[in-house]
Amino acid sequence: MHEIIEQLASTIREAAAQHTPLCIRGGGSKDFYGGPLRGETLGVSAYHGIIDYEPSELVMTARAGTSLVEIENTLRYKGQMLAFEPPHFGLHSTLGGCIATGLAGPRRAYTASVRDTVLGARLLDGKGDDLRFGGQVMKNVAGFDVSRLLAGSMGTLGVILELSLKVLPLPVAEATLRFEHAAAGAIALMNEWAGQPLPLSATAWHDGKLQVRLSGAAAAVSAAIKQLGGERVDDNAAQRYWQDIREQSALFFTSAKTLWRLSVKSTTPPLNLPGAQLLEWNGALRWLATDADAAAVRAAAQSGGGHATLFRGGDKALGVFHALPPALHAIEHKLKRAFDPAGIFNPGRLYPDF
Amino acid sequence: MNSVADSPQIDFTRQRKVVDALAAFLPEHALLYAREDVQPYECDGLSAYRQMPMVVVLPDTEAQVQRILQTCHALRVPVVARGAGTGLSGGALPPGDGVLLSLARFMRILDIDAAARSARLQPGVRNLAISEAASPYGLYYAPDPSSQIACSIGGNVAENSGGMHCLKYGLTVHNILKLRAYTIDGDLLEIGGDGLDSAGYDLLALMTGSEGLLAVITEVTVKLLPIPERAQCILAAFDDVGKAGQAVANIIAAGIIPAGLEMMDKITTGAVEPFVNAGYPLDAEAILLCESDGNDAEVAEEIERMKAVMRASGATEVRVSSSEAERYRFWAGRKAAFPAAGRVSPDYYCMDGTIPKRALPRVLKAITELSVKYGLRCMNVFHAGDGNLHPLILYDANQPGELQRTEQFGAEILKLSIDVGGTITGEHGVGVEKIDAMCMQFKPLELATFHAVKAAFDEHALLNPGKAVPTLHRCAEFGRMHVHAGQQKFPDLPRF
Ligand SMILES: Cc1cc2nc3c(=O)[nH]c(=O)nc-3n(C[C@H](O)[C@H](O)[C@H](O)COP(=O)(O)OP(=O)(O)OC[C@H]3O[C@@H](n4cnc5c(N)ncnc54)[C@H](O)[C@@H]3O)c2cc1C
Repeated sequence: MHEIIEQLASTIREAAAQHTPLCIRGGGSKDFYGGPLRGETLGVSAYHGIIDYEPSELVMTARAGTSLVEIENTLRYKGQMLAFEPPHFGLHSTLGGCIATGLAGPRRAYTASVRDTVLGARLLDGKGDDLRFGGQVMKNVAGFDVSRLLAGSMGTLGVILELSLKVLPLPVAEATLRFEHAAAGAIALMNEWAGQPLPLSATAWHDGKLQVRLSGAAAAVSAAIKQLGGERVDDNAAQRYWQDIREQSALFFTSAKTLWRLSVKSTTPPLNLPGAQLLEWNGALRWLATDADAAAVRAAAQSGGGHATLFRGGDKALGVFHALPPALHAIEHKLKRAFDPAGIFNPGRLYPDF
Repeated sequence: MNSVADSPQIDFTRQRKVVDALAAFLPEHALLYAREDVQPYECDGLSAYRQMPMVVVLPDTEAQVQRILQTCHALRVPVVARGAGTGLSGGALPPGDGVLLSLARFMRILDIDAAARSARLQPGVRNLAISEAASPYGLYYAPDPSSQIACSIGGNVAENSGGMHCLKYGLTVHNILKLRAYTIDGDLLEIGGDGLDSAGYDLLALMTGSEGLLAVITEVTVKLLPIPERAQCILAAFDDVGKAGQAVANIIAAGIIPAGLEMMDKITTGAVEPFVNAGYPLDAEAILLCESDGNDAEVAEEIERMKAVMRASGATEVRVSSSEAERYRFWAGRKAAFPAAGRVSPDYYCMDGTIPKRALPRVLKAITELSVKYGLRCMNVFHAGDGNLHPLILYDANQPGELQRTEQFGAEILKLSIDVGGTITGEHGVGVEKIDAMCMQFKPLELATFHAVKAAFDEHALLNPGKAVPTLHRCAEFGRMHVHAGQQKFPDLPRF
């Protein structure tokens, strides 16, 4: 494994010297996400394997090339899971790609985000230097939190080599309920429930139907079923349903030509935009299949206190991620340069100018 | 800890210049520089470090904060932000040649959005005041540092503070949504958002725990959680500290995430019992407090599972709180650990390493040996569930040499934490206190990266200079001293 790091580091040094862009790639399952792929492919999936996993520590340390499937199977075997239910979007997705894109699934609003669970990281920066930040412990405030900064950084700060993550026990019991509601009613209900001590672990609304998943202690789940009412969804059907939301294999997603992801305040009223919508996370996440103008979509997200991402399809030339205010953009640009002075890692994948 | 002697004297010409520049827009009551007026700001919760600030400012509007920063930036004057001054690592230690910027007048709760379960706060709002204001809506703010009646939310963000409940509910970083902050240039940064994520790099995470080195926080939006229906607490006694440590691992391995999981050793229970009359079993080598919260049925079920694990782990006694009054009594001793240390000893020094839980028995044994070696008593209290240790070294500053021995004892504990794969600080921050220990935990290239991150926000290193991240030069000096003193600690300890 050491040779792989040496090899990666020397490729990086050479690329930095020549100013050759590198396109960091794990399993390629998220090639579609973010700005266009540019530069020579730097494959990182060879650096794989779980390094340390002690269930009673609630911490797993693994190489970034480890497949998500292996990670999740290993955890499940010990009765644990990744807290954020990441979408795989393909058979070969790796841990590194999962963290670098920062994408989380249905459970995220009720447990933790990708960055919430990151405890430590080892990376090669743009000079090929081998650096470690954070650690393998739950609480750690020594130095700036560089490892969490890597979550969602789209590979623009460095080649992630290893990650330590906080993991969670699998819930003992799970049940899904279905309700009929228009969007506005569903948003109100989801937020009302989120303000009560209920074991919610996922919510999704589409086309007049609201599905709610409960996870936790058996007693908590059965008490919540009684309290909430609705129609109980068969366990197998429920599992398929949440899998289809998580992996975007539901018809809503597969039939969308242009798919937008809007992250907004959960109580934001239904978006007044043409096209179909699917809501998750108590209403804090809005998927929108629309051919509406990018500017209109972004304005809607902004008025909901959030941001919009052109997730699939559409015209990426107009930008994928929401533009930042100038002061923030300037700081992010400087951060990028701090880690990658020659600007070789995934240029244009996050923002057109870095 | 005794930086008093090195304190630079105030340069009065410089002071006059800075005061004049600030007086141009600050009202008189917001600008202090007379010795008796600035004295209360000479230290934070780590009072062994003291420094008279050259100037103290107490603004009450964002526009004033912005101009203060712009003015100091133009004059190249250092600025240190201060919340409530309860920090335990000297993070808010004032600059002798600069401006201490107190956020104490930013006390307003700007908005509570019950439906969206969030609260928008000025940075000087006290931690406990948030939960008090949210409680009519059945909501609360989860991170609850022991200092919660006093510490400010701005300080909590700057330190990424934790509390008794962070194993289940997370640290500050997991419970905030949005910040408004000003850079030293006076630029306003709106970081995060009202949704659950934001565009670009995760600056919200980067700002959290940045100890006032990157920007001055002027507004914080936090998440509020529903108050659990019920909570119940188990008190389990053990005749061996190692067994108690193993019980902690067994609880987690059983798939339980307790709402709180704290440990106290025998010296600690002995010290706090006369103080709070909690009814602790004083013959036990260690006790665990293990809390469950949720709805009635859930708590009943979880408490049964917890009891079974405690018994199987060899607990000599397992008590379950039968009322809220009893639950509070169980916790009272844990919460009184610091004041109790202050009662049984003239001075105490609180450490804050975090270690992997599996190293707990080994580290506790080593601390006991160090206690003998240095001839100083040490109370062990910790957030056992997440491996965050707070050894309290008891000493008497009036005894010649005790402070130095205490410092050496502390440094050895930090080194030990690193050696077993942990960290020098779990929640109290580096500040000035652990600046040298940073040289042990990070390589020069990693420290250089921290400096580069700092420079992206603050090119001239004017915000809280000399804190949190040591200069490479300082580490080189420290390394030389270390080798010179021949302090190779625990060469026989396995490292991983
Ligand atoms: C008895 C006692 C018990 C404690 N228990 C705990 C505990 O259980 N858990 C825990 O985590 N901590 C604990 N602490 C430590 C301390 O209370 C926390 O670190 C707290 O968050 C500090 O808040 P403060 O407002 O007092 O900040 P200060 O001490 O005033 O400042 C701390 C740091 O934050 C910076 N800062 C403050 N405000 C701002 C701002 N608005 N913008 C930018 N930077 C800012 C300062 O420059 C400084 O570096 C305890 C302290 C005491 C005295």
